[in-house]
Amino acid sequence: MAGSMLQNAVIFLGAALICVPLSKKLGIGSVLGYLLAGILIGPFVLGFIKQEGEDIMHAAEFGVVMMLFLIGLELNPQSFWNMRKSILGMGLSQMLATSLLIFSLFYFFMDNSIEASIATSLSLAMSSTAIALQTLKEKGLSNTQAGKSSFAVLLLQDIAVIPILAILPLMAVVGKAEAAEHHNFITDLPTHYATLVILAAVGLIFLAGRYLVNPFLRLIARVHMRELFTASALFIVVGVAWLMEQVGLSAALGTFMAGVLLANSEYRHELESDIEPFKGLLLGLFFIAVGSTINFTLILESPARIFSLVLIIMTIKAAVLAGIGKVFKLKIDQNILFALLLSQVGEFAFVLLASTRQMGILEKSQSDYLMAVVTISMILSPLFLFINEKFIAPYLGVKEAAAQKEADTIDEQQGVIIAGFGHFGSTVGRFLRANGVKATILDNDSDRVDLLRKMGFKVFYGDATRVDLLESAGAGKARLLISAIDDPQRNMELVDVLKKHFPNLQIFMRAKNRYDAYEMIDKGISRIYRESLHSSVYLGVDVLHELGQRKYTATRKAMDFIRYDQEALEKLSRERHEKDRYILSVKNEIELQERLLSEDQLFSDLRSDSAWDGERRKEGL
Amino acid sequence: MESNQSTGKKILVLFFHPRYEDSHANQVLADTALSLQGVRFRDLYEIYPDFNIDIRKEQECLLSHDIIIWQHPFFWYSCPPLMKQWIDLVLEYGWAYGKSGDKLSGKSILQVITSAGTFEVYQPGGRNRFTYRTLLSPFDQTVHLCKMHYLPPFIVPGAPRMSAEQLNRYAEQYGKILQGLQQEKWTMEQLKAAEYFNQINF
Repeated sequence: MAGSMLQNAVIFLGAALICVPLSKKLGIGSVLGYLLAGILIGPFVLGFIKQEGEDIMHAAEFGVVMMLFLIGLELNPQSFWNMRKSILGMGLSQMLATSLLIFSLFYFFMDNSIEASIATSLSLAMSSTAIALQTLKEKGLSNTQAGKSSFAVLLLQDIAVIPILAILPLMAVVGKAEAAEHHNFITDLPTHYATLVILAAVGLIFLAGRYLVNPFLRLIARVHMRELFTASALFIVVGVAWLMEQVGLSAALGTFMAGVLLANSEYRHELESDIEPFKGLLLGLFFIAVGSTINFTLILESPARIFSLVLIIMTIKAAVLAGIGKVFKLKIDQNILFALLLSQVGEFAFVLLASTRQMGILEKSQSDYLMAVVTISMILSPLFLFINEKFIAPYLGVKEAAAQKEADTIDEQQGVIIAGFGHFGSTVGRFLRANGVKATILDNDSDRVDLLRKMGFKVFYGDATRVDLLESAGAGKARLLISAIDDPQRNMELVDVLKKHFPNLQIFMRAKNRYDAYEMIDKGISRIYRESLHSSVYLGVDVLHELGQRKYTATRKAMDFIRYDQEALEKLSRERHEKDRYILSVKNEIELQERLLSEDQLFSDLRSDSAWDGERRKEGL
Repeated sequence: MESNQSTGKKILVLFFHPRYEDSHANQVLADTALSLQGVRFRDLYEIYPDFNIDIRKEQECLLSHDIIIWQHPFFWYSCPPLMKQWIDLVLEYGWAYGKSGDKLSGKSILQVITSAGTFEVYQPGGRNRFTYRTLLSPFDQTVHLCKMHYLPPFIVPGAPRMSAEQLNRYAEQYGKILQGLQQEKWTMEQLKAAEYFNQINF
């Protein structure tokens, strides 16, 4: 049933549309949903997709490249530099310890050749960037200790792919000519030139990222054609990936670097929103393809052997990670998350195993066998994470809370819940506490949760959008909930959950900016607190004061302005619907700004009162 | 809270108290005002906690009523600061007074005051040396300047130490005053002849 491209597209998209919402509903995360969709349409269940699954998988690997670009965008060079210790420390020790252990397993216990063992161990030491980062992002855990540590380890693995690909040919048993699978520009050059070319390519990306891309994007943005901007974004990512491939470096690493360089660009958000859907689709496609390539015949021949190997390898990986986490002083629950997140073998293993087979280090049967191991581990890890989230992490969180039963009963009467206790939420929480209101706090950063518990707060650890967590935090009985989550999207998700399951709860919402506020108004929220309003206006007061105005006059103007701005918000929010569809598009953002500024003219015309104004009275006399 | 379907004069109660939660007397009085039909009650410390009074809105509110009540405690022989702020901002030159400032002309203002002291203390020779009326003369003159009628103030003396029955009696009187004003029970001459509303027969 080798269908046309359209037919394949229908099958893939259809499977995703059925399985992913279903798995989300079950709370097991989208990754597992995609994998299941893949299995479903693969040759062993419905048989819609046959051998082409593998090709699709290779094409869809580009999703990982895009993901790293996006991650780079959120990480400016400074914060990247700050991570160097964990990248080197955690990453390198993970790579070395894991591959050493797996090497011993294959060499000493399974009687493989030394070359095959080395190649296998290096391949299996890799973890899945796609699964780990997608899961972190989906659960809003990117900024926790576990999230940051995982990211550091994954980054080093990406870097490590380069030397590994360089080492493999040296061990090849067959001739070098055959080994040159990636026939690229670099292989034709003598070694010292190769280094030079690599440096030149990296330098080119650096210079372009620094000095070329921004003026280029400005030019494109001025044309006011959205698809052109999308094309430019894709061009940057694909271009960098291609360049990296030409010089034999990892495309993912290259685009990550490009992302970091553009993190301070004014077009960061546009680039993000343009690449995001492609990344999402490709990653989904990648997971589906992985699911569809699972060789069930092979697994069914010797299920016990394969599964025990999978479990041994995942255990080794998790144990090494847990050990590293311990050394780097991760909290127990963070450490478990860290170990489970990276315990699977990742997509790079497919690449590495494929090239080792081509070089003749491994035989086809061996590599097929290992591929099956890799795939099964990829399926198991979301499952383990789900089990951890549902049954282990809550237990770790609740255990310590049990000691404070007495305080709990008092808290519930006040009935205030704060979701998210970062800078924003903690300020609210401290203020309330200073006034005798003990709020219940939901947070997913376990270090912070620990600290807060020590300080006597009532804290629930976990994802605030989970209905069961909200339930046990007393959302059913509480009077109001303060939604202070940093990530606007998750903040919005929380509103949906609350409106559906706890319709009587009053919601006080933090909004990043007016655009988020518009969306909240659409959802029927009236108590919206924009981060960017009060502090900026009061900064303006101090500027007016510095320029010679009296403080009280400037402060009165500020209060008027805030009131006026709230009214303008509601007004423009209504008008917005008449015209715009793409709220986030560059053009409309400027248009909204423009409308806002012209509205401001009314403010300056209107707001001059005669309070304490002696001059006006003198004129009248 | 704000019912306006009235027969007769429209009454607006502007209530000022920075610590309303601790003033039992004002709570009882406010409850009376709130229970009456055709009386609009505005708790200004609740509306303008930042003292940033919406001048236009307040002026509109004044225009749509005939009789304005200033209900407040007698702090330092005067009103709470937000009320002074209100007077400063809302009674604008050219609107409430001065050249072509006649928007309030013909309306009446009544002060309803809770006081810790008593009439005995507020008199020449008493501890506070001046009568309530003397001390209230700035308000009297403010109202006068705005071409409004300054009605004799209603004093609730010794409010902090008052028994529940006494307080209820005052609240009842307050209710009768509001209703009487609504139905024009007294002529302006009758009212102006009295020094305090406490002396008027209701």
